[in-house]
Amino acid sequence: MSDEVSHLNDLYEEVILDHCKNPRNFKVLPEANRKAEGYNPLCGDKVTVYLKLEDGVVQDISFEGIGCAISTASASLMTETLKGKDLTEVETLFQRFHALVTGKGGEASQMGKLAVFHGVSEFPVRVKCATLVWHTLQAALQQTQEPATTE
Amino acid sequence: MKTDQQIAPPDYSPGADLEFDVEKIREDFPILKQKIYGKPLVYLDNAATAQKPQVVIDAIRHYYMTDNANIHRGVHGLSQRATEAYEQARVKVQRFIHAADSREIIFVRSATEAINLVAQTYGRRHVQAGDEVIVSAMEHHSNIVPWQMLCEEKGATLRVIPMNDEGELLLDEYENLLNPRTRLVAAVHISNALGTINPIQEIIERAHQQDIPVLVDGAQAAPHFEVDVQALDCDFYALTGHKLYGPTGVGILYGKADLLDSMPPYQGGGEMIRSVSFEKTTYNVIPNKFEAGTPNIVGGIGMGTAVDYVSEIGWKNIAAQEKDLLLYATQQLSAIAGLRIIGTAKEKASILSFVVEGVHAHDVGTILDQEGIAVRTGHHCAQPVMDRFQIPATARASFAFYNTREEVDVLVKGVQRVIEVFK
Repeated sequence: MSDEVSHLNDLYEEVILDHCKNPRNFKVLPEANRKAEGYNPLCGDKVTVYLKLEDGVVQDISFEGIGCAISTASASLMTETLKGKDLTEVETLFQRFHALVTGKGGEASQMGKLAVFHGVSEFPVRVKCATLVWHTLQAALQQTQEPATTE
Repeated sequence: MKTDQQIAPPDYSPGADLEFDVEKIREDFPILKQKIYGKPLVYLDNAATAQKPQVVIDAIRHYYMTDNANIHRGVHGLSQRATEAYEQARVKVQRFIHAADSREIIFVRSATEAINLVAQTYGRRHVQAGDEVIVSAMEHHSNIVPWQMLCEEKGATLRVIPMNDEGELLLDEYENLLNPRTRLVAAVHISNALGTINPIQEIIERAHQQDIPVLVDGAQAAPHFEVDVQALDCDFYALTGHKLYGPTGVGILYGKADLLDSMPPYQGGGEMIRSVSFEKTTYNVIPNKFEAGTPNIVGGIGMGTAVDYVSEIGWKNIAAQEKDLLLYATQQLSAIAGLRIIGTAKEKASILSFVVEGVHAHDVGTILDQEGIAVRTGHHCAQPVMDRFQIPATARASFAFYNTREEVDVLVKGVQRVIEVFK
């Protein structure tokens, strides 16, 4: 087996494939008080993030949309990870996640399941797939009117 | 002059020309020899841009090594040589698309610019409030947005020729769209997303019956079969150099001379003027009227070399090889369970769009890339086509005459690998 094939396995980890096929929290959240849409014009990935934020804590979070395996799994795992986190923790996780997928460090050990995205850094054109939902989350937190974009 | 129409490629006859040796042809393209991730490059993204033969690379190098000068102005020797090479390239393109006159060949930077030129000059002069412009449902964004911008500015309406589930235009619907308010029809010759070869001659004839001019977006068509603008009787034809084995940054607008003469200039600047004072400027004659500023000189020369190269290979050989690849790839890919081909028109060029059930095109592209296979994934700058088929994106394999059946086999194995990863 050559190195290249193992890189591919790093990208398409079992956990990522599982979350792609069975995305968690994939629904509209009627009680959401924050919502934002994200769009990656390069590949046409679209995601909507719904957020119920109370006293600076993510009480509930969900998403909907169409995208590739990486963006769908990223959204699914993000929603799973962020439930119950406060805004400071959310920001810290975003910074760590971004560092991880762009190959700028990022402590995989401190990231729980999100660490499965370490392989993305080997595929620079796919970084935007992984980060789209996080940018969309930022937009929801800031209640930006414009759709979030990876551009 | 040729008078027979050139709409569809000639019928495939096995072993059309024994002179055609694909391995020998591949020697002309140095880039094809490389490996990607340790695997031989299988370049199947020719509809995005084609690779360049050594003769084109040499022509570019030669120009900068020996002839570089600005054109049309200097009296010195270099400038004369450069001017001559550039104008020769214009004549080569004229012959390549069978235009009546080299003045009808306008150098622009892309097919996109060619279309924008017509929208901004002919369009702005002739399209007024309440008028209509017709495009087809399978246009590239470059043949939608310039017309949308124009219609928005003028208060005109954009009408769309619909297509069926195979990706064929509905000509009866088209007929119904034509009316006395129609000012122009802009239609694609070959769809970049579906591979459909449109019955462009018929589209042109029906518009002409009502004295409506037609612009043809030929960016994808020109590399696949002989285009004869006189036989087609199109009013404008847009093509690009880089899909035609030439360099990027150069394209062609063909226009009938009387139309071009009657149009206002596009950009103002040097070259496009006859005389300038602060009170009044008079414009140059065609083609110079539309070529303000120093052009992409080496691009034009490279494109001239490229069309010579294509002509030398021969349309018969190109058609035979590409038809064989299309049929073989269609047959092989169709046999894969879970793969669906998007665009199943009767008349198709060697462009194959497909989706794999349960797998996004981007993931298909990444996995194929790891096998050394270059395909395009995404909406192909044709979002309305994706919407029509209710899919976010496709993977697209597009074949050139230098591709082989063995490469199709590698593609098929790659797709099987995709399915394996996602099973």
